[in-house]
Amino acid sequence: MPLRLVAEDVSVARGGRLLFEGVGFVADAGDLVELRGANGSGKTSLLRAIAGFLRPRAGRIAFEGVEEPPLALHYLGHLNALKGAASVRSHLSHWLGLFGGGIDEDVALERVGLTRQAKLPARVLSQGQGRRLSLARLLIAPRPIWLLDEPAAALDVEGRAMLCRLIDAHRAEGGLVVAAVHDVLGPTPSQTLQIGATT
Amino acid sequence: MSAFAVTFRRDFALMWSGGGALAPLGYFLGATMLVPLAMGPDRALLAAAGPPLVWIAAALAVLATLERLFQADLEDGALDQMMLSPAPLEVLVFAKGAALWCAVGAPLALAGAPAAIALQAPLALVPAVVASLALGMAAFIGMGLVGAAVTASVKRGGVLIALIVLPFFAPPIIFGAAVAQGEAVTSALLILAGCALGACALGPIAAAAALRLQAE
Repeated sequence: MPLRLVAEDVSVARGGRLLFEGVGFVADAGDLVELRGANGSGKTSLLRAIAGFLRPRAGRIAFEGVEEPPLALHYLGHLNALKGAASVRSHLSHWLGLFGGGIDEDVALERVGLTRQAKLPARVLSQGQGRRLSLARLLIAPRPIWLLDEPAAALDVEGRAMLCRLIDAHRAEGGLVVAAVHDVLGPTPSQTLQIGATT
Repeated sequence: MSAFAVTFRRDFALMWSGGGALAPLGYFLGATMLVPLAMGPDRALLAAAGPPLVWIAAALAVLATLERLFQADLEDGALDQMMLSPAPLEVLVFAKGAALWCAVGAPLALAGAPAAIALQAPLALVPAVVASLALGMAAFIGMGLVGAAVTASVKRGGVLIALIVLPFFAPPIIFGAAVAQGEAVTSALLILAGCALGACALGPIAAAAALRLQAE
């Protein structure tokens, strides 16, 4: 069965407040779904609901063509999951063990432009470099579905271009990307979803 | 390396790299060294009442390490990544507990030897005290995982952890103190081993369930 992500009539509430209701989309392999909406409209919550971290109040989120959804997706939140005292390279070997399988650490570092920083502890990285390291996680263990929460945050011009290349390559390989964005991300989205009421 | 191995390795390394593992050890030794000063020069009194105090110091020392155990992972997003691993969250929680035992529990049990001697425990009893502390630490950490997980999103949750887990610390302390006093050492050690096994088996399951709720 080909890869497909289906969200039907999804409602999410946080802290007793309904964030959005009736959100639905269908995404296939190679698609990029852009989530747009004001701060607090629920973009992150929708991504976390797709990742399985939180249960939607109503609606259905279904995966086709994958056996165990949590093992088929990467979640890149606004937190980079970095430990200050651990080196850049040790983060990659940690993720390699945590997610299993994957590509060589040096290749991943080169693709996100952190080769020279490999031995530095994560605490000395800038925000943008931390973001790049977090993006390397997407590469180290290949998974078909990427859930990206404002992936371009803190990235410089070159970093954004690198992110675009990663997303394009992932889509070309039959991956599926759902990204919450504010600015124009770069790659042409297959669909754009407006989250939250415009009132 | 497996998800268990990398989780264990990272936690162990992080506990030692920041000197974080030395703090509970220093606390434990400091607290037990103060007891003779507070109790005065009466050796008989110290020999009678001192050794079980090793257990109070050990329980409090390990409590202090629990607050940040899962809180740090929740705050930096590492917990989300743990939930996307092929390894069950329970296994990764167990790995973190095992790392805590190796980094803090085992050194603390070894430090129990000089502490027990300073508190006038008979020399022949010292190996049993160390063994009982090693088992007791495993029991404390297994139970402590649950308290740490439940309070992971609570700022300054240390007091809350103490309220949650201290009642469960009672059985190991009772039997650990019996070992320290030289009463029914073998059977007390066996009961401590039972406490440790039970806590290590059930603690990670309950802690993982609590962490899944925290991630929402």
